[in-house]
Amino acid sequence: MSEPLLKVTDLHAWYGESHILHGVNLHVNEGETICILGRNGMGKTTTLRTIMGILRKRTGQMQFAGQDLMTMPLHRTAHTGLGFVPEERGIFATLNVEENLMLPPKVADGGMTVDEIFRLFPNLKERRNSPGTKLSGGEQQMLAMARILRTGARCLLLDEPTEGLAPVIIDAIGEVLTELKSRGMTVVLVEQNFRFASRVADRFYLMDHGQMAMEFPVGDLEARREDLNQALGV
Amino acid sequence: MITIFGVPTAALFGQLLVGLINGSFYALLSLGLAVIFGLLRVINFAHGAQYMLGAFAAYLLSLWLGLGYWGALILAPVLVGLAGAVVERTLLSRLYKLDHLYGLLFTFGLALTIEGTFRYIYGAAGQPYPTPEALAGGVNLGFMFLPIYRGWVVVASLIVCIAVWLLIEKTKLGSYLRAATENPTLVQSFGVNVPLLLTFTYGLGAALAAFAGVLAAPIYQVSPLMGSNIIIIVFAVVVVGGMGSILGAIVTGYMLGIAEGLTKVFYPEASNIVVFVIMAIVLILRPAGLFGKDA
Repeated sequence: MSEPLLKVTDLHAWYGESHILHGVNLHVNEGETICILGRNGMGKTTTLRTIMGILRKRTGQMQFAGQDLMTMPLHRTAHTGLGFVPEERGIFATLNVEENLMLPPKVADGGMTVDEIFRLFPNLKERRNSPGTKLSGGEQQMLAMARILRTGARCLLLDEPTEGLAPVIIDAIGEVLTELKSRGMTVVLVEQNFRFASRVADRFYLMDHGQMAMEFPVGDLEARREDLNQALGV
Repeated sequence: MITIFGVPTAALFGQLLVGLINGSFYALLSLGLAVIFGLLRVINFAHGAQYMLGAFAAYLLSLWLGLGYWGALILAPVLVGLAGAVVERTLLSRLYKLDHLYGLLFTFGLALTIEGTFRYIYGAAGQPYPTPEALAGGVNLGFMFLPIYRGWVVVASLIVCIAVWLLIEKTKLGSYLRAATENPTLVQSFGVNVPLLLTFTYGLGAALAAFAGVLAAPIYQVSPLMGSNIIIIVFAVVVVGGMGSILGAIVTGYMLGIAEGLTKVFYPEASNIVVFVIMAIVLILRPAGLFGKDA
């Protein structure tokens, strides 16, 4: 079996003096979509931010496409092919939609063209000259994803993309993720809405107190539903 | 003799021109301060010293290398901008993780050190710097006499201000700068070398100050104190325009220069304080400044 595209081993991370991640282990194969489930405050977002290199106080091992992420400066991480879509979306108020879309530099060939992006997200085309933060929450989420898809990133780190969105928008985001899967994109999804996640993910991790407490394929979801409901407090 | 509100037109337009020239320097200097504050969140107290360095660079390039005004107008900002970049990379960048007050204190200390050194070497008196031959003399416009060099200062300042505004508003580099002002960490996670951007920005701000210094050299002479004399007014301009607002810095710079000039005509006693009175009124009515984000 080939090496995973992303491999994280015994990852610890701290916010100041607060020890948040306590030895996270996970791997993601090329073209796979994994979903990290867990209650608030268990370290899901911190895991993504640490992999991306935003959180610098960390120990352990992280490899992406054979490259060591631990020693890499933050601005180099994106050039390995990792793209991060933050929970708060990070749309820039002083930039219009098109400027937000074109902001991240291309890191590799094979990213979506602007025409492809506008076909996938027609709302963005209509509102290309509007200030980025004048978009609705769903449109901002689409813009946050679209700008990474243009860069040629191979692996998308997607933090709670459905949070606070209407069901119809969540469906649209689900369709976009399905389309990305069909194109071979690797996705690490952090999500609390596991009904949504079960439509797109191949494999799940359950995170509890800064560690991966459970790992299982999508096929085991029904069998583990009771455990998950208990762990997630549903 | 033609008068407006009882003031002879020659006197009125003469003071308006003086106001416009002062406004040109205010605009250039506050633009540099706003660019630096916007991205680095550092109140650059060394800005006045960098303005003075620009004038001294022109003077010394002429003295040592025989380089004329036009060469100095390009080379002095480049040299001061590079020196600024080195200061940012080696010293200022170490303070970003601390409270912003440390950046202010550092640049304040830097300004005192630079000015003190030049005062020690050259004394407090100004050194003369000649007006370039091509811009010597003046033109009688009928209603006033326009010294050509002073007209050039206004034009050059406008060109540079508009060019910097276009750079920030209409280019890819400008969109990096604007985005990094809002969320530098996210921009860096996109693969943009934000530390390099910070160095460039500080260098650009210092170069703008130096450009203003070279423009000022033939008018005000080259003095170690020329920066500290103007910088307090420039800070007031930045506050009135809105901290970090590029357009605010430019428009307010010219506006306050003109307001100062008009005050000299109608109520000369207040001309030294009018900028600060306007600042106080703006702070009361619009604390974020005329062009600030919360305005």
